[in-house]
Amino acid sequence: MIEEFIKNIEAEFEDLVPGKLKPESNFREAFEWNSINALILIALVKTEYEVSINAEDIQKSKTVKDIFEIVKSRM
Amino acid sequence: MAIFSIPGVRLAGIAAAVPKKEVSNLDYHWVSEKDREMLVKTVGVEKRRVAEPGTTTSDLCIAAAEQLITGLGWDKNEIELLIFISQSRDYIIPSTSGIIQHKLGLPHSCVAFDIGLGCSGWVYGISAMAGMMQATRIKKGLLLVGDISTLTASYRDKSTYPLFGDAATVTAFELDENVSPIHFNLESDGSGFDAIIIPDGGLRNFISKKSFDYKKYGEGIYRTNFQIALNGIEVFNFALREVVPNAKKLLQSLSKTTSDFDYFVMHQANLLMNETIRKMMKVDKEKVPYSIRNFGNTSSASIPLTIVVQLREQIISRKVQLLTSGFGVGLSWGSVAIEMDKVVCPELVEY
Repeated sequence: MIEEFIKNIEAEFEDLVPGKLKPESNFREAFEWNSINALILIALVKTEYEVSINAEDIQKSKTVKDIFEIVKSRM
Repeated sequence: MAIFSIPGVRLAGIAAAVPKKEVSNLDYHWVSEKDREMLVKTVGVEKRRVAEPGTTTSDLCIAAAEQLITGLGWDKNEIELLIFISQSRDYIIPSTSGIIQHKLGLPHSCVAFDIGLGCSGWVYGISAMAGMMQATRIKKGLLLVGDISTLTASYRDKSTYPLFGDAATVTAFELDENVSPIHFNLESDGSGFDAIIIPDGGLRNFISKKSFDYKKYGEGIYRTNFQIALNGIEVFNFALREVVPNAKKLLQSLSKTTSDFDYFVMHQANLLMNETIRKMMKVDKEKVPYSIRNFGNTSSASIPLTIVVQLREQIISRKVQLLTSGFGVGLSWGSVAIEMDKVVCPELVEY
């Protein structure tokens, strides 16, 4: 399931080289993190999983897996 | 739940005015080139109209209103209701509506007052306008809605400065027993009052020397307390949480779906937010017009401005069913289902 989550992220963020992003990747380092990217991530999670995440969720997360676990717990 | 309908009031005409001066976000050198590209691609704002200091929302409103009144062929003495909706008034005191009444040469018998709303201003304004006309039997009224937001945004705040553009609009209404009712679903939640805010200058935080001190709030975000602050993520989540259920409840109450409407016109918040809402509403791209690329987020003016610049040919020539949603500062949001049948719509006015 997390593989699909990563694929969705790769599709949304064009700068990412497919296959490079791993569950344990720090998403702030994987791509130039900024507030607009945070909005893209929130929009993706909302449309693909019908789940809401907020600024706090993103702040306390470090890796792709951290975000995915939050999403999974709310599905 | 404020779902209601108002019969017997027809939208007769609509017009919009923007400042002549145009700026491009590709020239916004406060941020990196990559950020500038992102502003255009993701936030969706390439160009914006910016008023010169001293030009007010009422100046733009009057320019648009003169064109519209001429186009409608209305006798100004018949206009007995004027509502001005904005968050950028001419003065702290008095209200702006009276100034507009006077400058437009409307009669003393005209009821004129202000309402302070932003992104939801047009949809709320139609309810105030139509409700009052239906109750009072006033035959003709003007709803003036717009904002000059660029003056109160800090150049050194990348979260607000490249987003906003200036625009003002006027929408004309008249009593008409044969017209379809206008349908509304309006909501509010003041717990989020500080999601979009200018903290100083009102009575809660009266203006002081400190109001003009710049503070850093994040990377590339410096502003004073007399400038607009926008909590992007909070507003984004609010819109994704509330707008779709609000519009869907209105549709359910009418036993209709989005396919019964020719267009879904949203407040132009930012492209990513609007496209996410569009996908959640399952509406085709062709039915969702945008003005954000060329005009930015124009606050309360954004829905009528989008109609004027994108749907003019349609609304002047045939009957068009519109579903519209305004959402933002307040927090305040709502949807309106309204018909436009061969209305008067002058071309965009440049002031």
